[in-house]
Amino acid sequence: MCVAVPAKVIKINGNNAEINSMGVIINIDISLVPDVAPGDFVIVHAGFAIQIIDNEEAQKTLEMFKNYAE
Amino acid sequence: MQNNIIALIEEIKRTANGLSQINIMEVCGTHTMAIGKNGLRQVLPQNINLISGPGCPVCVTSISDIDNIIELAENPCNYIFSFGDMLKIPGSKSSLYKKRSEGANIKVCYSPADAFDFAVKNPQKKIIFIAIGFETTAPLTAALIKKAYETKTNNFFIYNTHKIVPPAIEFLLNSSNKNNISAFLCPGHVCAVTGSRPFDFISKIYGKPAVISGFSAEDILKSILMILKQIKNNKPEVEIQYDWVVKENGNPIAIQYMDNIFDINDAIWRGIGNIKKSGLVLKNKFRNFDAKVSFALKDIKVPEPRLCSCGDILLGVKKPFECRLFGKSCKPDNPVGPCMVSSEGTCSAYFKYEKYKT
Ligand code: SF4
Repeated sequence: MCVAVPAKVIKINGNNAEINSMGVIINIDISLVPDVAPGDFVIVHAGFAIQIIDNEEAQKTLEMFKNYAE
Repeated sequence: MQNNIIALIEEIKRTANGLSQINIMEVCGTHTMAIGKNGLRQVLPQNINLISGPGCPVCVTSISDIDNIIELAENPCNYIFSFGDMLKIPGSKSSLYKKRSEGANIKVCYSPADAFDFAVKNPQKKIIFIAIGFETTAPLTAALIKKAYETKTNNFFIYNTHKIVPPAIEFLLNSSNKNNISAFLCPGHVCAVTGSRPFDFISKIYGKPAVISGFSAEDILKSILMILKQIKNNKPEVEIQYDWVVKENGNPIAIQYMDNIFDINDAIWRGIGNIKKSGLVLKNKFRNFDAKVSFALKDIKVPEPRLCSCGDILLGVKKPFECRLFGKSCKPDNPVGPCMVSSEGTCSAYFKYEKYKT
């Protein structure tokens, strides 16, 4: 239930943002992280970004999630 | 197995050597899944015992709530939006899954925003989102209630079962004569929202180690090692292993959303009973959006299935193998209790990943 995945923010439109989550582009709600900027990595849970993450760690995490998802 | 994982396991073995039995509870269902899937129970030394806690929100939703949701679904004017995991949970007579096959309007959504958008587009229909989950999910519901209030989307409702984690951990610590928990692996995504502070009481008041962990095998092993070092050095504290996501103060904006929309109240956890101040209820101002209020639903006490040990399993007193129905009359395709239904339920995770092991 508390599954959440990291994704990169591409474009921001008001309360929404386009993100790239492991190659898939989706639209999410960013009401809970209003300060997010394109290029940031966020943790996405059920269509909402719930936290902005360290860019440095994000790449590493994405790799791990890929393994986890397999 | 990767080298870093092997090295971590070796270090865990060295550190655990000479320590007495250590019972580490993973509170979060997603951790239970990751531990099972990666076979971590099998690679840890004998004196480290991982026990699963009440961290599967679907599993702790009371039968009376399930029955109420089914009642809502029986009305053809209503449209129920739910996360997929809820569908198979048996209520006292039926399940959402059965109701859907009988033609009820039940839609599985990935995001609660889908339910809200549907409500905006279909003002003549009544939309009920099944709001379930801990602090990871509650801010999402809060954001939508705020939106519904501001836009006067009065055909949008929630059936609210949101719960919060720290009071449940405190409850477990107060039942520690039964479960003997030595330390906690705390839920990383709950803490992404709440931060680490609401968990400080684990070490400050109860003197037990706690580590907020990420979800990969490496994260979990690292967290276990951090716990062992705390035990060895006799310095219990709340540490953050998942530090690129979890900050001490969490996500203050998400917390603010929850505080503005919800009050804290007692809540019934299936299999466990009432836990004080562990539930979120809509503030009076937003009560119209509460399906329980607007559709005049009641809480009716319903007995649990006979012989199901889910209560003891959620409290960490028993392991699934100790339930006499496990793998016999209770299996994922024909679940008796809630812990076998959700993929994150302890019994289901054990059935899938650990059934041939002890
Ligand atoms: S195996 Fe089935 S009946 Fe037994 S505790 Fe688990 S869910 Fe309940």
